[in-house]
Amino acid sequence: MTDMLVDVSRLQFALTALFHFVFVPLTLGLSFLLVIMETVYVITGKEIYKEMTQFWGKLFGINFAMGVATGLTMEFQFGTNWAYYSHYVGDIFGVPLAIEGMMAFFLESTFVGLFFVGWKRLTKYQHLLVTFLVALGSNLSALWILIANGWMQNPVGAVFNPDTMRMELDSFTAMLFNPVAQAKFVHTVSAGYTTGSVFVLAISAWYLLKGRHLAFARRSFAVAAGFGLAAITSAIVLGDESGYTVGDVQKAKLAAIEAEWETAKPPASFTVIGIPNQETMETEHAIRIPWLLGLIATRSVDEPVEGLKDIIARNEARIKRGIHAVLALRDLQLNRHDEHARATLLRYQKDLGYGLLLTRYTADIAHSTPEEIHAAALHSVPRVAPLFFTFRIMVASGFAMLILFLAAAWSVWRNNFMEKRWLLKAALWSLPLPWLAAELGWFVAEYGRQPWTISGILPTSLSASSLSATQVTSSLIAFILFYTGLTAVEMFLMIKYARKGPDALHAH
Amino acid sequence: MIDYDTLRLIWWALLGVLLAGFGVTGGFDLGVGAMLRVLGRTDDERKVLVNVVAPTWDGNQVWLILGAGAVFAAMPLAYATSFSVLYPAMLAALFALFFRPTGFEYRAKVNKARWRNFWDWALVIGGALPAIVFGVAFGLILSGIPFHFDPDMRVVMDGGLWDAVTPFALFAGVVSLVMLSMHGAAFVNLKTVDTLQVRAISWMRRLALLLIVLLAAGGLWIAQGIEGYSLHGPMLANQVSTPLDQHVVREVGAWLNNFKAHPWMWSAPIAAMAGAALAAWLAWYPLIALLFSGISVAGVIATAGFAAFPFLLPSSTHPDHSLTIWNAAASPHTLTWMTAAAVVFVPIILAYTSWVFHVLRGPVRASHLKNNEYGTY
Ligand code: HDD
Ligand code: HEM
Ligand code: HEM
Repeated sequence: MTDMLVDVSRLQFALTALFHFVFVPLTLGLSFLLVIMETVYVITGKEIYKEMTQFWGKLFGINFAMGVATGLTMEFQFGTNWAYYSHYVGDIFGVPLAIEGMMAFFLESTFVGLFFVGWKRLTKYQHLLVTFLVALGSNLSALWILIANGWMQNPVGAVFNPDTMRMELDSFTAMLFNPVAQAKFVHTVSAGYTTGSVFVLAISAWYLLKGRHLAFARRSFAVAAGFGLAAITSAIVLGDESGYTVGDVQKAKLAAIEAEWETAKPPASFTVIGIPNQETMETEHAIRIPWLLGLIATRSVDEPVEGLKDIIARNEARIKRGIHAVLALRDLQLNRHDEHARATLLRYQKDLGYGLLLTRYTADIAHSTPEEIHAAALHSVPRVAPLFFTFRIMVASGFAMLILFLAAAWSVWRNNFMEKRWLLKAALWSLPLPWLAAELGWFVAEYGRQPWTISGILPTSLSASSLSATQVTSSLIAFILFYTGLTAVEMFLMIKYARKGPDALHAH
Repeated sequence: MIDYDTLRLIWWALLGVLLAGFGVTGGFDLGVGAMLRVLGRTDDERKVLVNVVAPTWDGNQVWLILGAGAVFAAMPLAYATSFSVLYPAMLAALFALFFRPTGFEYRAKVNKARWRNFWDWALVIGGALPAIVFGVAFGLILSGIPFHFDPDMRVVMDGGLWDAVTPFALFAGVVSLVMLSMHGAAFVNLKTVDTLQVRAISWMRRLALLLIVLLAAGGLWIAQGIEGYSLHGPMLANQVSTPLDQHVVREVGAWLNNFKAHPWMWSAPIAAMAGAALAAWLAWYPLIALLFSGISVAGVIATAGFAAFPFLLPSSTHPDHSLTIWNAAASPHTLTWMTAAAVVFVPIILAYTSWVFHVLRGPVRASHLKNNEYGTY
């Protein structure tokens, strides 16, 4: 497994996943906004709400197509590019993916066509039900994929089986109720609802600024402002920090995000900004707020937040123990009935993954030097600077959107947003913010998991397929070309139909 | 609790059901795509054809997605091996599939002939190429793929994929294209009227006859010219097994062993051929013809499955390392949960999918497309 192969495979996965997630949050958010608009239509019978549903539905469709196209890649990619990963954890990881197909993809994909062609064939209530099922399907899909992804961050309910050389499912319910998965789900769908709201808010604001489609835009703006305020509040208040209470790798990620080199005596202070230096393990020019970190991370003033230096030292010890596990496993491969090896493996099983970390630094694990072990330990935590900065940008965009929605909701309440041109302009210019935050959020979550694909169990360096780096590089280039081309088409159509406004409903 | 061997058998059958589900529903979508410029001579005709498929194709494709997800969970080693070893083929199919969501959704969004022509061709590629690749993959499986496992159970490719592509695999690609095009024409027969319908019928008949001939030739080829695989233990009931501890023999004609041992299996190839013949004969009863054409598709898939059983992916370079449903399967615990999920959800899926097709029943007419602008593709 060359580093080059692993690196291009990672790059390809990151790129295609980030691409997928350009379209996903809008699907998640817009589908629920459609449900809200159509519900108002069904209850009040006002045609304008039907027009709103149809118009925003049209933009929804343009986006949805790309969501499906890029999602297919994701489904293939675990097998094509991460074959060893797929073998090693497929017994667990595949389950939520398969259930996602049965429970979610079928629902959204079967009904999405009927959303468009069903207006005349269905009663009002039936059509509303169809719209609701599309929204439900997308959200269930988020649930199951985040259970899968949450398991990679905090792999509960699984054991290693030396006979099959893989991890196997031990407790389905533990996987289902993984606290990390739940935190991720709430945070990610909230991010999606925020994205949908900002989208509708920004385009409506643009119509209002231009003085077009006023009745239509006013109502859309109001719906988006209300839903968006709830969504951004939920994205900020609920969600991720609860995911840090469990799991060693989550702790390392938290320490890296906060650039906590030393374990701070409680209550820990929060570093607002500074320049983390990985070599010296210090944060230069730091500005700190006392107490805040302890409150955020542990919800208490007397629990310590573990620092990176301590985590590295602990990992070093685990790597040493892990060597026993790896060697025992080698013996077992030679002779399945070697009971001594089996017992040794059982004893050190928890540290097997840490032993595997060494494979990147030496070919001969039995005789690894202290330097090699130390190098593996140093790299057992993610790099700090990229996480530190991207996290802060996500949070900053989050607060910017909170302010936007507070202002928008307040002036909807006062019914004077039509005159506030600054507010409308702010809404328009905020359009990229939710995407910025969401993409950076995934970067934090995934890059922060390094050097593991499955926290504490399977190092990234071992996960890839036995392909040549050239093969993966070629496919990477093909993805970039295809995705760029298709996205250009998608943006062109989005802008074209957004410009036309609700008139687009009556003519092509 | 169901025992491990039964669970593995259930999942072999369920994977077959999922594949057949895709072949039968997603199959006619691919077929219509592949035939788009053959059946639709004018822009208006192609608009009708696109509207025949567009409202339901996405749900149909989920059979494929679920198939991939289910192999991942139920036969993880087979998922890992097939997708990585067939890398170039998988990616070719994937890139072609990108054209379907975009083609259906974007084709009518700009009112220019060149734009629509571009997306028409994109849909042709998006239909024909995956149909061919899936067929080639079946052919490769029946002729064996060059790979083996190291002691860590990491799959290693022995040589390039292109060296492994046999004439038989290419032949299987042609069979698949012909079969799905026939099925696509059968669907168009049901969903259109007048000229389009007449043209669809004449193509369906020709393709059905061609398919019958090809299937007969393929059968002879498998019996006389292809080395099949057979498993020679150790076979211990309900035990875990891996590809590193079995013995496999390769010999010409071995793919017929199952049929000899279980004559009822002949029903699959018979259904494949009779289905095509009856579809051609009863073409003027569109629903019945579509049903028979679907039976033919399912029959072809079942024939391949029966022939290969219990193999999923035979290795041509290290036959002992071949993947079977016994050694590629997930743990009993996982299979139990997966079975429970399938028992609950598959009937629900079938119910609402039927409801949607029922709501959308009846042919698509060009005149209808013009005066109902919202929701036409
Ligand atoms: C939080 C949400 C989320 C995340 C993290 C992912 N997806 Fe996704 N995916 C969706 C939310 C979603 C969705 C909202 O349900 C989509 C997006 C737009 C759409 O059409 O459905 C979708 C579409 C979609 C499709 C097409 C389904 C269809 O035809 O309807 C597939 C096969 C996948 N995804 C697979 C994946 C895989 C394997 C992922 C992990 C690597 C993944 N997605 C990450
Ligand atoms: C759509 C949302 C997602 C985004 C934006 C995303 C983002 C990323 C990024 C940025 C990387 C690269 C990390 C690095 O190079 O250090 C990555 C890697 C990876 N992610 Fe995700 N991810 C997403 C969803 C998922 C999900 C849901 C899973 C699993 C179910 C997953 C599994 C992986 C794997 C296997 C890798 C490659 C190995 C690695 O570098 O760790 N990702 N992803
Ligand atoms: C303002 C306060 C916010 C905080 C404190 C916050 C916190 C976090 C943290 C800690 C992660 C990493 C999760 C992990 O380790 O696995 C994360 C991920 C993520 N964030 Fe945020 N976030 C905020 C705002 C936002 C906003 C406004 C959005 C988008 C609109 C967003 C979208 C995401 C996404 C999509 C992920 C990846 C999925 C996940 O891991 O949950 N975040 N966030």
